Amino acid sequence: MPQNQEFFNRRLHSLLGVIPVGVFLIQHFIINHFAVYGASSFNAAAHFMESLPFRYALEIFVIFLPLLYHAIYGLYIAFLGKSNTRRYGFFRNIMFMLQRVTGVFLVIFIAWHVWETRVAAAFGADVNYDMMADILSSPFMLVFYIAGVLAATFHFANGLWSFAVSWGLTVTPRSQKIMTYVSITVFLVLSYIGIRAIIAFLDPALANM
Amino acid sequence: MSEQKTVRFIVTRQDSPDASPYTEEFEIPHRENMNVISALMEIRRNPVTVDGKDSAPVVWDMNCLEEVCGACSMVINGKPRQSCTALVDQLDQPIRLEPMKTFPVVRDLVVDRSRMFDSLKKVKAWIPIDGTYDLGPGPRMAENKRQWAYELSKCMTCGVCLEACPNVNSKSDFIGPAPVSQVRLFNAHPTGEMNREDRLNALMGDGGLSNCGNSQNCVQACPKGIPLTTSIAALNRDMTMQSFKNFFGSDKL
Ligand code: SF4
Ligand code: FES
Repeated sequence: MPQNQEFFNRRLHSLLGVIPVGVFLIQHFIINHFAVYGASSFNAAAHFMESLPFRYALEIFVIFLPLLYHAIYGLYIAFLGKSNTRRYGFFRNIMFMLQRVTGVFLVIFIAWHVWETRVAAAFGADVNYDMMADILSSPFMLVFYIAGVLAATFHFANGLWSFAVSWGLTVTPRSQKIMTYVSITVFLVLSYIGIRAIIAFLDPALANM
Repeated sequence: MSEQKTVRFIVTRQDSPDASPYTEEFEIPHRENMNVISALMEIRRNPVTVDGKDSAPVVWDMNCLEEVCGACSMVINGKPRQSCTALVDQLDQPIRLEPMKTFPVVRDLVVDRSRMFDSLKKVKAWIPIDGTYDLGPGPRMAENKRQWAYELSKCMTCGVCLEACPNVNSKSDFIGPAPVSQVRLFNAHPTGEMNREDRLNALMGDGGLSNCGNSQNCVQACPKGIPLTTSIAALNRDMTMQSFKNFFGSDKL
């Protein structure tokens, strides 16, 4: 279907953002949250993920390729638009703008995050509680990671809202409004989980648990 | 004698499609209940700027003068709307008039909205009823559905929704909200429904509805109160189903 290429690309972009990228985000946050129960808990959970069978296939097909497509095509989409929130300061228009701003920021953040953890692991570093505690001990990195977590949860929650419209799940204004409340809840819950995990890496008492 | 009340206008002007725009300021005597068009007519009568410079009359487009043709749309104090129903007394002064720059500017406030009419052709926004012989009466439409469809039929192709859309611009060929809603209108008609798939497939083509980024400015901006975002989501649903049909085939026509 060559003449429908754009339709296919767009829908694929929308779908991949939720499945698998969004699902992976939730799973990643839940693993992070083990840090709240102490270093050994977190290390055990991280080790469990590392020792999943077909690890490389899972990483490539469930995480890297979908994420890469979503990021690159997303950048293209973001730069096609011309933000006009100054003229039209409506709630949805601001969400539209923030979705693009957080998207671009996340490309930078995730590239750095992957470099610092997964790529480092490929070169022999151990991805564990101490590694994260070490990274987050720098105030700049702490702010950067908190911003990254909030950008990710926002982008996912608001993306769910647009996903529902783009696939025609929420058609009426009322259903779209209810979906707005659902997406706000998703944002708050995931942000809580994500930030709580970050704080856990700062607690010296947890490092020895 | 009390001093004559006046109205100030700052008009963005452009002498030809390729010329660069500039602004000129005009001051005209105030009249009771004047609208932007009558003010523009007043400027035309005596096109002298506030600095006393002799200028050419400002060029604009208009037709019905009652907000049903859409021709007189322009950006007034930052908001795209119809100048025939923009009452001077309700606007902050100086009143700024600009063309809707989403469209190619022809001259001053006149823009070329061809892309909208081309889009309507692309999505077959009409009901084919002509045959080589008398096809007889078509199926009837339920009255409540007719009333519902009437709301969608109020679109005057004015272009305000495209002007408000962040995704309609020179970098993208996005079709914009208005034609999408027209597809919904003609697909809902019992006779128009016969071309439903053609319209959906046109909307699924490049520059089609999938470019929508859901900023939902259009529904806020539309002077006719057309439920554009509902139309967009409804068509998204239809396109989802149509894409499955196209891919897997279907037992239904
Ligand atoms: S949908 Fe509304 S804003 Fe858009 S062209 Fe039609 S009347 Fe104008
Ligand atoms: S002249 Fe027709 S809408 Fe203003």
